[in-house]
Amino acid sequence: MPDHKNSKHVQHIEPYSPQFGTMMPLGTQKFFRTCVLWQIVRFVAINIKMTILILKSHH
Amino acid sequence: MARIVVMGAGVSGHTASTFLADWLDKAEHEVVVVTPNSKWNWIPSNIWVGVGDMTKEQVTFDLAPVYEKAGITYKQAKAVSIHPEGSDSENKPFITIEYTAAGKEGDSEEVTYDYLINATGPKLNFGATPGLADGHTVSVCTADHAVHASQELDKCIEKMKKGENQTFLIGTGHGMCTCQGAGFEYIFNVEQKIERAGVKDKAEIIWVSNESFLGDFGMGGLHFKMGGYATSSKVFAESLYAERGMSWIIGAHVNKVEANKISYETLDGEMDEQEFDFAMLIPPFAGVGITAFDKSGGDITSDLFAPNGFMKVDADYTPKPYEEWKPTDWPRKLQSPKYANIFAVGIAFAPPHIISKPMSSPNGTPINPTPPRTGMPSAMMGKAVASSIRDMIVDGATEPTHTACMAEMGAACVASAGNGMFSGTAAAMTVYPIIPDFEKYPGTGRDINGTTGELGLAAHWVKALLHHAFIWKAKLKPGWKIIPE
Repeated sequence: MPDHKNSKHVQHIEPYSPQFGTMMPLGTQKFFRTCVLWQIVRFVAINIKMTILILKSHH
Repeated sequence: MARIVVMGAGVSGHTASTFLADWLDKAEHEVVVVTPNSKWNWIPSNIWVGVGDMTKEQVTFDLAPVYEKAGITYKQAKAVSIHPEGSDSENKPFITIEYTAAGKEGDSEEVTYDYLINATGPKLNFGATPGLADGHTVSVCTADHAVHASQELDKCIEKMKKGENQTFLIGTGHGMCTCQGAGFEYIFNVEQKIERAGVKDKAEIIWVSNESFLGDFGMGGLHFKMGGYATSSKVFAESLYAERGMSWIIGAHVNKVEANKISYETLDGEMDEQEFDFAMLIPPFAGVGITAFDKSGGDITSDLFAPNGFMKVDADYTPKPYEEWKPTDWPRKLQSPKYANIFAVGIAFAPPHIISKPMSSPNGTPINPTPPRTGMPSAMMGKAVASSIRDMIVDGATEPTHTACMAEMGAACVASAGNGMFSGTAAAMTVYPIIPDFEKYPGTGRDINGTTGELGLAAHWVKALLHHAFIWKAKLKPGWKIIPE
């Protein structure tokens, strides 16, 4: 029986499988991925980052 | 009067031709586009067509009215040969074309030029892997392919709803493929569609790729600035797959495709098979097979093109080991070293070498991704070459005035991980520069402040915005020039 509040966010990962060697998102990370207010902030940030990238790339 | 002929109307060719038509006086100069296609296709959104979230009509439009509005001469034909010195009967350089337009199929014509831009894109080389062209698998490389993929996917979902288990295999269909990003996006959209259908427990979803590690992306991997760490794209990509319960086969050269089964060889020499019910495998790319002839009719194809069919430009093609590769190997002007009025942009130019470290199996089979040069870099190349040609025509410049070197430009990649205005997600990645430069950026080889990655709804909004913005731009609707490449 899972006894940790984050267990519901991580499915069983077979030990020593390739999937065992990476990071897994937990509840807070997943929440912010689709939190509309936070994502509006990120939308602006991504657009600024891409604009800077474009300006640096034209020669 | 100058005539500029653009072979191809994809992202790079369309960008070059439309800017040239806008900048040059149409009473004095002519821009000609030669493309076998009647429609323009925003290829990144084929992913959504491939899962039934968009229709073919939403990602394509007719080229003829757009070119008529722009004052571009449009010839629906395929380029067959280049004659950069003319011929016995024609003093000007010209290309020969063969029409594909209805009613003119097979008709040939010679089209003279003052400047030639090769933007043909790739030949989808399904024939490189036995069985890959035999209909056992699907692709999302064209809008029609994507429509077919969606139909096949729906059949599998129906089977799962009836209780059958299904295996989905998505990735690259050969050891020398590029465009892992398209497969990367597609597998996540397929996973989301299966999840939404409520049959995830019946699905096994497997990624197969020629990358030596997940997240190589044909760029030798990259490090993102993320959570206070320079985080490897390997960790980023593996996390995405593991979170969704998907497994992966990497370092794999698919050497045979049969009904419901692939055979593959891996970097460690293992020969194995994988069964599937549904497979979307990206084919390797090759040049489109244009030939070239000198004034007397002698074959000079090898002077203009590399053996893989891509056009040689101002790159350093001297064979050298990986340890000696430099960013300066990569072309800047995208100009033919032999004929100064010929340029190649987008996938059509021959890279000096791959970006990822060359690898092969113990049997000597090369298994490594080839360099990505689609999307944003393609459009930048198209605009840079158009700018150079404009300056050569209008200002009499003797050398290209603009450059578009993959070692000096970045790329933004927004990889959809599922559609939906409030439920969708995507991975927004930026990388600068595309070609790692360990002298300028010791450590990761890239500007860590310009190389970022994040997953979320905002990135999906960016992806959706790009879909509408670039189709708007390509249709030359009001304000199209202020939408950046």
